[in-house]
Amino acid sequence: MSELAIDREIDRSKMKVSDEVSIEIINMNKWYGTFHVLRDINLTVNSGERIVIAGPSGSGKSTLIRCINRLEEHQSGRILVDGTELTSDLKNIDKIRSDVGMCFQHFNLFPHLTILENCTLAPIWVRKTPRKEAIDTAMHFLEKVKIPDQANKYPGQLSGGQQQRVAIARSLCMRPRIMLFDEPTSALDPEMIKEVLDTMIELAEEGMTMLCVTHEMGFARQVANRVIFMDQGQIVEQNEPEEFFNNPQSERTKLFLSQILGH
Amino acid sequence: MSKQIAYVRTEMLPQQAPPSTSVGAIGWMRANLFSGWLNTAITLVSLLVILTIAVEILPWVLSPTWGGTSLNECRELLAAADHGSGACWGVIRERWIQLLFGFYPPELYWRPILAFVLLALALAPILFADKVPAKLLVFSAAYPFIFPWLLWGGMIWGPLAAAAGFVLGAIAYRVVSGAFSSLLGVIAGVVVALLWWLLLSGFITGLLDSILPIGLEPVESRKFGGFMLSITIGVVAIACSLPLGIVLALGRQSDLMIVKYLCVGFIEFIRGVPLITLLFVASTLLNIFMPPGTNFDIILRVLIMVTLFASAYMAEVIRGGLAALPKGQYEGADSLGLNYWQAQRLIIMPQALKISIPGIVSTFIGVFKDTTLVSIIGLLDPLGLSNAIRADANWNGIVWELYGFIALIFFFFCFGMSRYSMYLERKLQTGHR
Repeated sequence: MSELAIDREIDRSKMKVSDEVSIEIINMNKWYGTFHVLRDINLTVNSGERIVIAGPSGSGKSTLIRCINRLEEHQSGRILVDGTELTSDLKNIDKIRSDVGMCFQHFNLFPHLTILENCTLAPIWVRKTPRKEAIDTAMHFLEKVKIPDQANKYPGQLSGGQQQRVAIARSLCMRPRIMLFDEPTSALDPEMIKEVLDTMIELAEEGMTMLCVTHEMGFARQVANRVIFMDQGQIVEQNEPEEFFNNPQSERTKLFLSQILGH
Repeated sequence: MSKQIAYVRTEMLPQQAPPSTSVGAIGWMRANLFSGWLNTAITLVSLLVILTIAVEILPWVLSPTWGGTSLNECRELLAAADHGSGACWGVIRERWIQLLFGFYPPELYWRPILAFVLLALALAPILFADKVPAKLLVFSAAYPFIFPWLLWGGMIWGPLAAAAGFVLGAIAYRVVSGAFSSLLGVIAGVVVALLWWLLLSGFITGLLDSILPIGLEPVESRKFGGFMLSITIGVVAIACSLPLGIVLALGRQSDLMIVKYLCVGFIEFIRGVPLITLLFVASTLLNIFMPPGTNFDIILRVLIMVTLFASAYMAEVIRGGLAALPKGQYEGADSLGLNYWQAQRLIIMPQALKISIPGIVSTFIGVFKDTTLVSIIGLLDPLGLSNAIRADANWNGIVWELYGFIALIFFFFCFGMSRYSMYLERKLQTGHR
């Protein structure tokens, strides 16, 4: 849970936050039945930002990033992704989903397809990329996550860490502008967490806009440019990682940090 | 203290062979037949029972009565050979062709035979997709029009016009979905096909029939019978109920209220009514609702009813497969930007159908066996024929031989389907999930 040693220098030369707004969430509310999960969320994410969202379980952090590609529907307020508003218009939703990559806690690879087919499926069917080109792209990204030799195996034959890296490669094959990570390392053994984090760090080093729900505070400290703390469906505090960890303002944040970093 | 529990292994042990009593034939027998005194006793008693049954039944099966032409003649043959009791196989030798083809005109037997040989050819690329060239699928697509033409005969223009409806519909879909949206495309395709079938095709086939009378000699439905009839009903019901079942299962899960409750209502109604009732409706009541003078073929009516019946069960089996899929699969597909139909086709259905294979094949087997119920509404399937044969003075009183023969052939088909499903499950196995 706590600090995981990231044992290499991080190249910050390309980690530039631009002025261009990538995601804009305005007064967004969401209910599950009568339960108010997300309360008045306001968040602007610029292109190139690496944001870590932390908070206790049930605080709505996963729900928040799942609203960004409408795996969850918000009931009031607005969400704009690259200037396109998320409404019930299916065309907009599919467009945004194909531009926003997502990695899940349980990977959600397709077990009936090989690794390569997992990676080429969406480019071929959604982007209408020629098969040959899709395979080349897929192999390129599989090499990047360091598992090109597993391309013809099925997900069930890979370890958890390998599966999560495939999931990242699968998202990257769609050439997304934004990547969402929903607790990508929570289901993994400590040995495998590192290989997934390394992949995510490489992605950050290339300037990808990332929103990451995670309990890896080492990652937050070293890679994020902003940490958001949520509790009871609200954004309680946000700050640069250095300030966030060393000088938390709200009592709730202090309590959370003392529990997660205390031992 | 810590000195005593400290231990460091300096070399790793190599892998060794397992003990000989746990592998090979001996190991298998020890594990499966003689693993304890109770298991050993059960094994020995079971062997004894099997042996006794075999000793009783084999002489009956191996009786020298193939030449008999009536039950009495059989008895004489048995007495002459001093065989004791035995089966009277003469009835099978004399009537097996009838059990296969019913009263289909003998000089036209080549047509059902050809139809079923072609059926195997049409099924090959579907059942063994990895071993048979995919180009044969073109033939599989054409087969549904060849099959009824071969069996029922008539002018070739009827089936061709039916096929042309699909082609026209597909063209309309292509054109409209390219220019507008895919939903409009589907609507246009269906409308064009329906217009063709309802308004134009009758007139055009009539014209072509009179100009170019190419065709086969027609055979009436009431001459159909035997296993030919069972297999025809079984194959059509199986082939149509799977896609219908998929549509119903998806409809039942739909967010669209009306679609959902139409599907639920249909499924629950059909499952709540015995097949016999539906067949009676098909054979008697349906004519009352038809305009007078319309001749709606009895086998066609039965085909529709059996298909609807099977598809309701199929829908529930597939719903089980859909329910077994983790939600993450839907989310994975959604997050990549696949639309509903793409996600269903590429991600959800392949997995849901794979999970449901045992249930689907059970339903197939059930449907195939249920085809014997058509004997109740007077169609001469193998069971209906067996009653006719038993009414013959020569064979009055014969039971086991006829039913045994029919059961054997049913078993052959059902066991084949069962084995195929196991093969398919093994083939689609892609490692632990």
